[in-house]
Amino acid sequence: MDMGILAQHLFNGLMLGMVYAMIAVGFSLFFGVLDVIKFSHGDVVSVGAFAALGGASAIGLLVDMPGLSLLFGLLAAIAVGGLAGVVIGGTLVLPLRNAPPVNVLLVTLMAGTILREAIRLGVPNGGNPKPFPVLLPQWQITAGSFSIGFDSVLILIAGIGIILATHLLITRTRIGLAIRAVAQDVDVARLAGIDFRRTVLGTFALGSALASVAGLMLGLYYREVNFSMGLVLGVIGFAAAVVGGLGSLLGPILGGFLFAFVQTLVTIVLPTASAYKDVVAFGVVIALIGLFPTGLIAERSSERV
Amino acid sequence: MKLKALALALAGLAGLATVGLQVAQAKDTVKIAFIGPLTGGSAAAGVGGRNSALLAVQQRNADPAAKYTYDLVVLDDECKPNVGVQVATKAASDRAITAGITHYCSAVGIATVDTYAKFKLPVVVWGAILPEITYGNDYKQIHRVNGTMINEGRLAAKFLTEQGAKTFVVIHDTTDYGKGQNKYFSEFLKPTGGEIVATFPVSPDQQDFTAELTRIKELKPDYVFVGGLTPLGVRVRSQMDRLGIDAHMAGVSGIMTSGFIEGAAQSSEGTVSFHNGAPLSRYASGQAFSDAYAKAGFREDPDAYGPFAYSAANLIMDAVEKVGPDRAKITEVLNGTKGYKALVGEINFDNHRQNIVDANVYVVQDGKWVYWPDSDYGTGKRKLAGK
Repeated sequence: MDMGILAQHLFNGLMLGMVYAMIAVGFSLFFGVLDVIKFSHGDVVSVGAFAALGGASAIGLLVDMPGLSLLFGLLAAIAVGGLAGVVIGGTLVLPLRNAPPVNVLLVTLMAGTILREAIRLGVPNGGNPKPFPVLLPQWQITAGSFSIGFDSVLILIAGIGIILATHLLITRTRIGLAIRAVAQDVDVARLAGIDFRRTVLGTFALGSALASVAGLMLGLYYREVNFSMGLVLGVIGFAAAVVGGLGSLLGPILGGFLFAFVQTLVTIVLPTASAYKDVVAFGVVIALIGLFPTGLIAERSSERV
Repeated sequence: MKLKALALALAGLAGLATVGLQVAQAKDTVKIAFIGPLTGGSAAAGVGGRNSALLAVQQRNADPAAKYTYDLVVLDDECKPNVGVQVATKAASDRAITAGITHYCSAVGIATVDTYAKFKLPVVVWGAILPEITYGNDYKQIHRVNGTMINEGRLAAKFLTEQGAKTFVVIHDTTDYGKGQNKYFSEFLKPTGGEIVATFPVSPDQQDFTAELTRIKELKPDYVFVGGLTPLGVRVRSQMDRLGIDAHMAGVSGIMTSGFIEGAAQSSEGTVSFHNGAPLSRYASGQAFSDAYAKAGFREDPDAYGPFAYSAANLIMDAVEKVGPDRAKITEVLNGTKGYKALVGEINFDNHRQNIVDANVYVVQDGKWVYWPDSDYGTGKRKLAGK
């Protein structure tokens, strides 16, 4: 295999891994502060993608400025995604905090279905895939057999930047400190004067906005969004978070890239069996969970976000 | 006295009018079912088919020579096999329904054949192209006016090799539809000397094809052949551009929709597809159909299979006119259809009650699907981009 093709595969894998990581980080954040699994997380990705589509299209109707459309799309995704996180966290998850964890899991699973159906039925012709407007420059970077869109590079850099920024937010700021304090011990954090409810809702807004922006990036990358796009992504994100280590920040990122790496590898090595790439990737997840029950990066309470 | 005479005359007129009305009412009403996907991803095709069948019924009801009044019972199969079987059972078990114009989606078409056979309801399939719907059974009730993927696959293999293509990569979805398309295309490609260098079976809702396409980039085929529906076609087409793959793309009739052009935008230019329907302008009475369709005020396009639904409706109504609303007799008349002049050309059923049709080649030119011989690519004015 020549270097160009190898580089191409590597880039594809990085791109997928970055999206998985952004979703997985949310799962880990929620688990960190509340010990809950929020299963509507994947559908927040679709909600974000459609919010971005709405925001960008609305501006696109008024003025033909892709940059402005992108900005509004991004703002819409962050706002709607964050709001969805706060609403789900505040009305469904927090009140059930002392109920068995399976209740939260079920309730959020249903909330996800409601979000998904709301897009399908609420958006005009929502059952069909929607073309996403082209908002980034369409230059092509070619070097031998290696060829990528300039927009893909921008999306990848932005994604990595966002993940880094989240890391800094958690480790270097007062909000991050509050989140880490709540994650470590709720009662002590309260005694220290941390507003528990606000911190938890803030975490939900942060995690959901991340997923929502991932939705926007998927739209920009694939130039298409559809109402059920988040379903599989949610499961993959969750699997990546568990494999990497629920509760840590680095674990889910590692898990996301690992999952993408396995998927890409299957397609390269076994082209005729490429329909089974998800089967193989989830098989690897099962094996890894068996080998490392607490995740690749085991959660130590001090490290928990 | 004058007043009385006037009253009498009026009464006489009224009486005449009533008699006239009774003559009109004396026509029995015959119910025919139309079943297709009216909601969901394939709704555009379903609604186009429904409108076309409705147009045929309206035209017949306006014809004073018709012996019956026709009533189209419209049912939605949602392109889902389970829903399809439900509505098929509903239509077939209703003795007032004499015949059916049924199904666009192959998965639904194949799921319902047993139901129609069991209830002995004669149906004419208007859009589903899976060969097994007619060839996989020997039910006298199942007829089909449109062609199958066998015709499409045969033409695709012949046309593409004639264009000088030698190496192919197939990406197909793992449903019956995609698998069938792959099977027939590969079969017909073998004798032409064309070679399939790789086949990628994929899930119909897979979003990312960059891994498969990077592998394809390495294999450098002349053509990427897509056996799937519009969403798959859109994703493969636009991601091919993203990775700078200079192979051409050809797809089965499932991608020949306006949704494909809308989704793939400028990437769609030069994509080739194969479809059983010819453009309306190619049919002898195509213009008359277009005019009548426009006059009837339908909001949606007839779509590619509308003319088939229209022809199926007329075929059934002509059978009813001949032998009356009797399921068994209509089945017999439909079975023996030979040389029937329809909008879509002559209808001849073979021994599996399958109409014999030729497929046609289309290409995307300036944001529209154009009949290949009429296109700038077909006439040699332009060359397909890529190698």
